[in-house]
Amino acid sequence: MAVHVASKRQTSRFSLIPAGKLERREALWFWFFISPWVIGFLLFTAGPIIASAYLSMTKYSPGATPIWVGFNNYATLFGDRIFWKSLQVTSYYTLLAVPLGIFLSLLLAVLLNQKVPFVGIFRTLYYLPALLSGSVAVALLFSWLLNPQFGIINFLIRFFVGPQGILPVGIIGPRWLQDPNWVIPSYTMLALWGFGGGMLIYLSALQGVPTHLYEAATIDGANRFQKFFKITIPMISPVILFTFITGMIGSFQVFTPAYVIAGGTQLGAPAYSSMFYVLYLFLNAFQRYRVGLAAAQAWILFIIIMILTMLMFWASRRYVYYESDEEGSI
Amino acid sequence: MATRTGTHVAPTTSTVRSGAWASKKRQDMIIRAAATIICLLGLVVILFPLAWMISTALKTRAEVAKFPPVWIPRIPQWDNFRVALTGANPFGRYFMNTMFYAISVMVAEAVSCSFIAYGFARLRAPGKNAIFVLVLATMMLPTWVTLIPQYIMFSKIGWLDSYKPLIVPHWFGSAYLIFLLRQFYRGLPKDYEEAALIDGANYLRIWARIIIPLSLPALGAVAIMSFMFHYQDFAGPLIYINSQINYPLALGLQQFQAPFGGTRFDLLMAASVVTIIPPIIVFFIAQRYFIQGIVVSGVKG
Repeated sequence: MAVHVASKRQTSRFSLIPAGKLERREALWFWFFISPWVIGFLLFTAGPIIASAYLSMTKYSPGATPIWVGFNNYATLFGDRIFWKSLQVTSYYTLLAVPLGIFLSLLLAVLLNQKVPFVGIFRTLYYLPALLSGSVAVALLFSWLLNPQFGIINFLIRFFVGPQGILPVGIIGPRWLQDPNWVIPSYTMLALWGFGGGMLIYLSALQGVPTHLYEAATIDGANRFQKFFKITIPMISPVILFTFITGMIGSFQVFTPAYVIAGGTQLGAPAYSSMFYVLYLFLNAFQRYRVGLAAAQAWILFIIIMILTMLMFWASRRYVYYESDEEGSI
Repeated sequence: MATRTGTHVAPTTSTVRSGAWASKKRQDMIIRAAATIICLLGLVVILFPLAWMISTALKTRAEVAKFPPVWIPRIPQWDNFRVALTGANPFGRYFMNTMFYAISVMVAEAVSCSFIAYGFARLRAPGKNAIFVLVLATMMLPTWVTLIPQYIMFSKIGWLDSYKPLIVPHWFGSAYLIFLLRQFYRGLPKDYEEAALIDGANYLRIWARIIIPLSLPALGAVAIMSFMFHYQDFAGPLIYINSQINYPLALGLQQFQAPFGGTRFDLLMAASVVTIIPPIIVFFIAQRYFIQGIVVSGVKG
């Protein structure tokens, strides 16, 4: 096959056979190749979305027949204190974890981009926590690190900045996951531990910024900070937007650590301060069997995420710089 | 943009400064040294929890509760691993279940996503871009929206308490990996395909005989990402798997925590260490593919 390549390279295959017929054949092949996705989309995405919308208008528990109740489930949720609490908990977590995560991973990427020796090793080791941060083992590890009595973090606080510490500032370690006011910062720490994932993306984005831009700026006498804020940031702004949106979508659906740390039984403890949105959804669907209500929660989540995504695209349009690309921004 | 900043900055600024900051070369050196030190310190902070996990796993029950804490156990309690992994929790069985689940999904996703991505990357058809946008849009869809009807559907056909609901849907592709492979396929030279077409090969043959062999590195990245994710998956099995004998490690570990009520952290950490070893080994063996995959998907997003 490879032998033919050299001799036939110049031949356009469209000049050999009438265009129309070949195009039709290619289009049919296209549908053949994507047919698994189309079937999967109808069966596991589009169908369930519609079914979910229907279920959200019914009172339904497994084994029973759905009873139509219109918008009752939505009304129930809007009157439910815990629903609002779950929304508040999740928003607070998102506002804390996503921007901090982006800041830290961008900072680290910039540092690693300063011709630091052994970048490869740094990159690998920094990524390692990101690989594990969604696991049950790490959720359990953090509940141990943040243990108020025996946890190492409170020991370090006492040792360094406690009343009798090296630097006696008198800070006393909080009760972390057991104090409603510290629960979300605790989960944020767990999320930030995995910031190496974002770092990888930024690092390669930084390396993709054309060097001639920096050279031109240097000739014009720009200093480092000017170069960073006027060239680097605008050039990687699409990547920042991308990580913002995916980070937001991910943090609105955080489930595993909160479920695991609660031991699966005391979901949301203490005082509903860890009642993340999908944790409450799970509770209604699989522990209380209020499936219709949970479907309504799912739909509200869907709408929230859609609105937030569109809002972010809209709000960022003046700040994000897209290089013109033949294939558009996809 | 560059010219605009140029007008603000007097060209003499660099000559005004003096001392260690004077030359550009020395600036670079200082910045590089500072960056290296900060990165090293950060690494200590970020790897500390894992070190603490291992240290706790090797402690006696008394050492765990000691204050000030014991950094390195006096006599490593290797027996903790035996105690943690035997007893009421059949960890061997959990491990087999996990591997079965992760490998089945890995194969399903690698094959289906490669197949679908080829269509999107190489074949032209009216409406293709619109459909591809739809593929990308499904990435933004919260899994919880489709979960409840899917659960009802799978319970109606009697698939609960098996891995079928967790594996079969992956034979229909997953948006993120389709996207990743499509990016890779678009970068492959078209020459081989064109030659094969002229020789009378059809697209299916081209996919199997040309595209697959050429894209083994990218397929490796996809396979590893898929494996890692499903090896650690907790929410999926939590919803579909009921009987303990079918549990994956993630559920087994969670089960493990409850009876000890947070007191036997030595055993809990021992079991946790064991569960994270396989992904760490896979990661170090295949990290180049893995990192490549993440980078491609992120930057071209």
